[in-house]
Amino acid sequence: MQIKHGFSRAAAIAALLGGTAPLALWAETPADTLVLADAIDDIVSIDPHEAFEFSGTDLNNNLYDTLIELDPTKPGELVPGLAESWAVAEDGMTYTFKVKSGITFSSGNPVTAEDAALSLRRVVKLNKTPAFILTQFGLTPENVDQMITFDGDTVTLKTDKAYAPSFVYNCLTAGVANIVDIKTVMANEVEGDMGNAWLKQNSAGTGAYVLRSFKPNEGYVLEARTGHWRGDAKIKNVFMQHVPEGATQRLLLEKGDIDIAREMTPTDIDGVTGNPDVTVQNDVGGQLYYLALNQKKAELANPKVQEAMRWAVDYSGMTDSILKGQWVVHQAFLPEGFLGALTENPYSLDIEKAKALLAESGVTLPLEVGLTVRNNQERLDIATSLQNTFAQAGINLTLDVGDGAQVLEKYRARQHDITIQTWGPDYPDPHTNASTFAMNPDNSDEAGATGYLAWRTAWEPGELHAMTEAAVVEKDTAARTAMYEEIQRKHRDNSAFVMMFQQARQDAMRANVSGFYAGGATDSATYWLVTK
Amino acid sequence: MTSIPSPPRNPLIQGLGQVGLGLLTLAITLLGLLLVTFIIARVVPTDPVLSIVGERATQAQMDAIRVRLGLDLPLWQQFLIYVRDAVQGDLGTSIRSGQSVASEIARYFPATLELATLGTIFGTLVGVPAGVLAATRPGSIADQIVRVVGLMGYSMPVFWLGLIGLLVFYGQLDWVAGPGRLDPTYDMMMQFTLTSYTGMILVDSALNGAWDVFANAISHIVLPAGILGYVSMAYISRMTRSFMMNELGQEYITTARVKGMPEWRVIWVHAMKNVSVPLITVIALSYAYLLEGSVLTETIFAWPGLGSYITDALFANDMPAVLGGTVVVGVVFVTLNMVSDILYRLADPRART
Repeated sequence: MQIKHGFSRAAAIAALLGGTAPLALWAETPADTLVLADAIDDIVSIDPHEAFEFSGTDLNNNLYDTLIELDPTKPGELVPGLAESWAVAEDGMTYTFKVKSGITFSSGNPVTAEDAALSLRRVVKLNKTPAFILTQFGLTPENVDQMITFDGDTVTLKTDKAYAPSFVYNCLTAGVANIVDIKTVMANEVEGDMGNAWLKQNSAGTGAYVLRSFKPNEGYVLEARTGHWRGDAKIKNVFMQHVPEGATQRLLLEKGDIDIAREMTPTDIDGVTGNPDVTVQNDVGGQLYYLALNQKKAELANPKVQEAMRWAVDYSGMTDSILKGQWVVHQAFLPEGFLGALTENPYSLDIEKAKALLAESGVTLPLEVGLTVRNNQERLDIATSLQNTFAQAGINLTLDVGDGAQVLEKYRARQHDITIQTWGPDYPDPHTNASTFAMNPDNSDEAGATGYLAWRTAWEPGELHAMTEAAVVEKDTAARTAMYEEIQRKHRDNSAFVMMFQQARQDAMRANVSGFYAGGATDSATYWLVTK
Repeated sequence: MTSIPSPPRNPLIQGLGQVGLGLLTLAITLLGLLLVTFIIARVVPTDPVLSIVGERATQAQMDAIRVRLGLDLPLWQQFLIYVRDAVQGDLGTSIRSGQSVASEIARYFPATLELATLGTIFGTLVGVPAGVLAATRPGSIADQIVRVVGLMGYSMPVFWLGLIGLLVFYGQLDWVAGPGRLDPTYDMMMQFTLTSYTGMILVDSALNGAWDVFANAISHIVLPAGILGYVSMAYISRMTRSFMMNELGQEYITTARVKGMPEWRVIWVHAMKNVSVPLITVIALSYAYLLEGSVLTETIFAWPGLGSYITDALFANDMPAVLGGTVVVGVVFVTLNMVSDILYRLADPRART
């Protein structure tokens, strides 16, 4: 997924706000309307089969449902969505889903197995950015009509080989697998677009809410359905306002003009702490911060140097200051909340240990290395901290700063020494990160396998490649979990990556608001349980 | 030999000639603007394709998109295609959203237009009298105040002014409504029950006779428009002062005073007539400046205008959107220049020949 930009703007603004007395309370939001402020300029499309940005999937989570869902309270557990039951045949390649009866779309049309099958086919035929989540099972626009079929109340999905069932199910919980009211959507088709243009302005789902309006970079309005299959939403309208500036969000929240502020900076959060009218809800997100060490540079391929670097990062120093509230220390490639995610963090800042390892490594000291980083305040802050602690250990980092596209281009062309990067999972299954961090089928320049992070940093994962391939077809979920734990440990201690942080989320809300769920690392925001 | 008398000048033909000349200037200016923007957009060392396809794309996918966008053609050919489409009102398709750039700008521009117009009215209504006051009493306390206030308008960052304005007038005093164009309730009313004619909420709500929406929109716009108006007031008052000082030193003013004409008439009728000529240009320029969209003000006030549209597009490497936005700003600039030229001619008889 793409990360939002403009995350931390002028800290000075927030500092200014911090110096003022608590603000008078005056306005109140309408009782039947939940008013949210967020930076939603990341949205490219809200067609559920095209949306792949955070704000868009948050919105769609309230308009559509998938056949099966993840239980937010138990990581890795599946619960029924629009399907009441599901099963995989002996061959491990044929999945069946029995669709619940009595559920209707917002148009009033009943949900049928045909809608489900044709929705999933639509994903493959439209072939927009997130379509790979389904096409990785061997589905193509040409074969999908045979691979996904329906009969009565049952949908059948065939895959090209026997994958781990949990892998297939987890992918079907992703937003791209949302079921749409196919009759309504196709009735609005223009020039063979399968209703794509229409779904960028309208919704046709089974969710608790219906889209009343969407204006890019401005906001959206949702209205609750009555007689919804999950039970009616508690609040009638949802009003999302695009407010890019965190300081502005804080002001609106403290004044009571919005109920929930979703994009406040740590300074703004600090500012509202102690205000009895505001509560702050903590959650994690799926993004990870890591360093990629280019293995084409001999010194960086030296395992002792790699280990020295792991001891030369001031993890907690950063999460206690510059990254406070936004990131937590996390040293494995699966974010907390994922099946098999490791939560142990064995590394901490230890300059002496790093020095000793560098001395053992045999490289010429001080080691001179470039650090490629995006010109974004948060990343530059991290780079400065690294520069400081690495220098103490004997590694001189020279910053190489560029804009997002420049840095990405360099990384994809394998021209960096070390680079600071973030990565977010594409779908809620461990394979999404394992496949990119621990697999690399062909490490040659000619392969151009930019989809693999391991390839980008010219790292040969050795046994981890085969272990990851084995994990994605392991039928027993407990065994599969153990396999990912092992892969992560080996990867953490011996690879071209230094995993550092996992995203944290802080949503600030009026004290009378409850029931808001931000979605953690694997899911999206839920509005329909909110009360105030 | 008698000279052939020159044919009497037809004022209509002369006027048309001037309009034609103006349009030609407009066309040349826009072409130049397009060329520069286009070249900058194409020579920046980032690959526009990468920003479309994102992290995961393969080389084949990237090449396909390059061909689809025509980025594989020679630069001059790309430029000609762009100009041809632009002339037909097609500013291309936004890379990020896949929507037509023209339709997106049609959505953002009214918000900016509303804000900039109000800001300019405010800046003119306060700036001109303040400048006159300062010019008629040079060195006085009033002059000093106008100068200091003007200097602050010049030198203080507008986002800081905006934030302080919000904190004081919205946060503490509750005189105005907060960021955004309307409260949620009125926003939904505007969206779902009223008819939109222009995209400008003040105009649309008035046309609908929805005076509660109108009042709410006023309470939202007054602060950002006031902040922008303050900045433009600073400029207008400084220029008015200096134009007026210059006029007041002229002999015809002395004559008027000697004749016993009341001082207000000397200043507001005699001198102002001449001051207004250069002042038109100053006000038009300051209006054009506000119409480009004040990015920082729009960000602080969550105002969905042209400035943030162009800036967001820049960050996303969405060059069709950046180009489209630049063309619109260019047209606004050149048009305002033409309008100020025409007004100039009306105000100054010497400029008519």
